[in-house]
Amino acid sequence: MKNRMLRELYAARAFIDRNLNLSKRYWKWELVFLVYTIANSVTIGFIGRGVESVTGTSIDAQFYILYMLIGSILWGYLSILFEIISETVTWERWEETIEYTFMAPVHRATHLLSVCGYAIIYGIIRSSVILLVLSFFFNLDMSSANFASAVLILGIASFSFIGLGMCAAILPLISPEKGIQVVSIFQSLLLMFSGVYYEIHVLPQWMQAVARISPATYALQGMRASILHGAGMGDMVQYIVPLLFIGLFLVPFGIALFIRMERWAKQKGVLKRSG
Amino acid sequence: MIALESKNIVKYFQKKKETSWALNQVNLQIRQGEIFGLLGPNGSGKSTFIRIASTLLVPEKGNMSVFGYDVVKESQKVQRLINRVSVEASFFRMLSPMENLLFSAGLYGLSKKEAIKRINEICETIGLEKKRMHDRIKDFSRGMQQKVAIARAFLTNPPLMLLDEPTTGLDPRAKREVQQLVTDMNSRYGMTILLTTHDMDEAERLCQRVAVIHKGEIMVTGTPEHLIQIQESKTANPTLEDVFLAYTGLTFSQVETEGVGV
Repeated sequence: MKNRMLRELYAARAFIDRNLNLSKRYWKWELVFLVYTIANSVTIGFIGRGVESVTGTSIDAQFYILYMLIGSILWGYLSILFEIISETVTWERWEETIEYTFMAPVHRATHLLSVCGYAIIYGIIRSSVILLVLSFFFNLDMSSANFASAVLILGIASFSFIGLGMCAAILPLISPEKGIQVVSIFQSLLLMFSGVYYEIHVLPQWMQAVARISPATYALQGMRASILHGAGMGDMVQYIVPLLFIGLFLVPFGIALFIRMERWAKQKGVLKRSG
Repeated sequence: MIALESKNIVKYFQKKKETSWALNQVNLQIRQGEIFGLLGPNGSGKSTFIRIASTLLVPEKGNMSVFGYDVVKESQKVQRLINRVSVEASFFRMLSPMENLLFSAGLYGLSKKEAIKRINEICETIGLEKKRMHDRIKDFSRGMQQKVAIARAFLTNPPLMLLDEPTTGLDPRAKREVQQLVTDMNSRYGMTILLTTHDMDEAERLCQRVAVIHKGEIMVTGTPEHLIQIQESKTANPTLEDVFLAYTGLTFSQVETEGVGV
């Protein structure tokens, strides 16, 4: 039992090391995406700054800029988490290593969870860099922010997004040609429904109903409550409970579904098509 | 002891409404410690057989076991006992051999310290230069990449090694080196080796027993000497190549060009 645990731990480390090595070797691409995300966030910040002059009405511009940037940074973090996990299969298929990884004696949960572990570490570092750059452009007043609540929400939201990512990773597994495109559509719908740059009450009723089952909705609301209004742990319950519920359901569901679909892929021979 | 046993294995693939039969009632027994050759033209079902043994494909019917463990129901136990080299080296191309091998070693439960020790030993055995172990693998020749692939497979010291056309596309020198390694590993560690190939010289030189597979069916099984002996009544001074042609009904140019990629 101890040996088995140790073997799984070595395997988990191997996945994390491999992803780290890939990020290092593909650093130019990482830089491209980072610059793209920063430029996007800065643009969104300037949209916030320009609202007063465009509409001719007086608003708390600093508050609005921070509101928008929280959306942008959190979305950047959640999407990188989602992308790394959902591309677990796509990347390996592209490198043609998928069969070697899938025939190794590693529990699929270890495989997926260690990729998630790397995604969280990578996402936090990346978001910190973005925040640092944004602070040069905008005078972000976070004096009333409750960072403990924000970190708590971020941690719990990560858990839910891991589950979503695992479910999305199944698509490229069962459809080598179209899977990754469907993942992109799924991600863009998540952005539209979850109130990244607006409150969900501006959405039509049916869209609001969908927004209520998206973990991003609660993550964004909780993050804004803690940073913009300094909400304490007690006020976070309304966001934590649905996030926990979604995460507790999605993570084991994602792992179980992945294992089920892996078996299906092996049955149909779509793990690798030729050779 | 039987290292690998397949009983009535059936595998087909369905694309739209077309059914492509890959394996049809395949029965094979590979004994522990032998080098067994599975000979067949492209598309005969060799790779499909290897993939089922590697737990990468689930058969439609029949059973396959590795050292008594069922490849479908006890796949993780089987995975501990096998490793594989395929015709494509398949690596993370931007990573170095060392990074690729450490990743693979980790997946098989080796600590980093243990893995580095094993990597150094194997690289010395197969003649991989230490100074190139940190270069990107995409800059390696195909022969060198295949050597790293072999190092990856031997790293875990598997009781059953599945070699799926490991020498295809290699230059004569690289081919000889790989073949030498296969015999060394077999004699030194008693490793059971299943080798698929359509190179008859290679099969004759390396394998203690062979089976000819054609259109997903096993046509004949036996020692190369015995199969050649049977052929003597039909051909003058027959070789294993004559045996192969007799059972597949193909000329060698057809063998090289025919293929459906299963």
